Amino acid sequence: MGNDLVIEADGLVKSYAGVRVLSGIDLRVAGGSVFALLGPNGAGKTTTVRILATLSRADRGRARVAGFDVVRDRHAVRRRISLTGQFAALDAAQTGQENLRMTARLAGLPRHAARRRAAELLEQFGLTEAGPRRVVTYSGGMRRRLDLAASLVGHPSVIFLDEPTTGLDPQSRMATWRAVADLATRGVTVFLTTQYLEEADRLADRIAVLNRGRMVAEGTAAELKRRVAAQRLDLTCPTHAAFDQVSRRVGGRAVHLDPAGLTVGVSTDGSAAQVRALLEEADPGRDLIASFAVRGATLDDVFLALTGGSHV
Amino acid sequence: MSETLTTTRPTMTLPIMTGRSLRLSLRSPDALLTALLLPVMLMVVFVYLFGGAVAIGTSYKNYVLPGVLLLCAVTGASTTAVTVCQDMASGIIDRLRSLDVPGTAVLAGHVAASLVRNVASTALVVAVAVGIGFRPHSDPARLAAALGVLLLFVAAVAWLAAAFGLAVSAPEAANGAMFFLMFFCYTSSAFVPVRTLPWWLRGFARHQPATPVTETLRALLTGQPAGPHLIAALAWSGGILAVSVLLSMLLFARRTA
Repeated sequence: MGNDLVIEADGLVKSYAGVRVLSGIDLRVAGGSVFALLGPNGAGKTTTVRILATLSRADRGRARVAGFDVVRDRHAVRRRISLTGQFAALDAAQTGQENLRMTARLAGLPRHAARRRAAELLEQFGLTEAGPRRVVTYSGGMRRRLDLAASLVGHPSVIFLDEPTTGLDPQSRMATWRAVADLATRGVTVFLTTQYLEEADRLADRIAVLNRGRMVAEGTAAELKRRVAAQRLDLTCPTHAAFDQVSRRVGGRAVHLDPAGLTVGVSTDGSAAQVRALLEEADPGRDLIASFAVRGATLDDVFLALTGGSHV
Repeated sequence: MSETLTTTRPTMTLPIMTGRSLRLSLRSPDALLTALLLPVMLMVVFVYLFGGAVAIGTSYKNYVLPGVLLLCAVTGASTTAVTVCQDMASGIIDRLRSLDVPGTAVLAGHVAASLVRNVASTALVVAVAVGIGFRPHSDPARLAAALGVLLLFVAAVAWLAAAFGLAVSAPEAANGAMFFLMFFCYTSSAFVPVRTLPWWLRGFARHQPATPVTETLRALLTGQPAGPHLIAALAWSGGILAVSVLLSMLLFARRTA
């Protein structure tokens, strides 16, 4: 597939019951890459994924996945993609084996091939022993792994993962990350959504930041970090009253607010001139700030600066 | 990547979905037992508690069996409504749709499983009925016709329940389908002759689906001509079936828009 575009979307608009969820989304995803759609709850991530995976229809705009229109050629798209949603798409009353065999049969494999494929995937995801047990007995991490396994049954060329690690313990999260990285090395295009910047940073070749139905930034993790500011100036106040005053003066530029530690963080390029100016502006009377520190910006800072949210 | 492309043959989808629904039925033994035992218990209640008070000039055991078979269909249908509702509320429907399984196949799988469950509960009811003294006066052709009429009614009620399961958002509400449908059984000739009902209810009782289906089954099981009741029963069941299939397709499309 090389670097051909595998996902292209233009001007996707979607409303639910009169509430605008997406207001014009454009996307370009290259074949064989990992693309992360990053945003807070309610940003429109799931809606975007559902439109691209043919499960939902955009009110306006067009999208092509694996070369086919997601509305007109949705059957062709469905044969080339898989979707793993936020809630495990499994029958809790069936065993792991039965779930995978059913999925494989629906993907068109004959009975014996379906059995073989199910065994293969259980092995690959470390679920061989749990295979004959009903899914209702599985832990959250095991369900997620089985869900991911089920989405790989038909050898899709594009995989959509909607918040694949939300609610998982650290160990299961690492296991999921390994599985995603492994998919990428095999040439599968992965489109994932996440609210975790670390996850996007770790896995994705490119990241798009979505907020309130709009794309606020797009690029590699490094580009995004550069776009906002390389450093963060943390101002620590002696009292709550001082903290409140400093937060008010800094206003919307605060990328970090920690009332417990009485610390306000603002973006800076780290130059002495700018740090001096910021200190002067936040504390003209020179009695509101007890100490300060300049540190490298994290993706969290980038995210908050771009979405204009404040962090508590 | 052409070697990895797969296609599902539509003829294979329905058996796979039916197998799934049957497996799910077997895995919830409490629901299954309720569906199997409730009609038998109701029959025992009707025959031994109420039967003595109902003077109809013939054996009440023979009279009440068709009504109990209708209750079987209705009890079974509530399971269908609940499972359809659960499917729509969980992530499984997204997986099935992204595997290009049509909504009608998912629903038809549940309806087919409902038919299988109903054959089992009907067999159980008939066995117990024979055990307590029910004696059909019929011939194999009439019995086969009775089974056909009953299964058409069961399919109609199951599709109606599937539509109900799509229309409501919680499985508890879906379970209410049973009570709604039971109302039709009780206000028909299933348990008492229509002429014994209050005058204002008789018109409704004569012109609602449970009465012609009951009368047809009663005639076929006792070796009498089914006559106009048969036509009314087939028309009602066929009509409910057609409307319910259409309605559930519309509701499915709306739920997944």
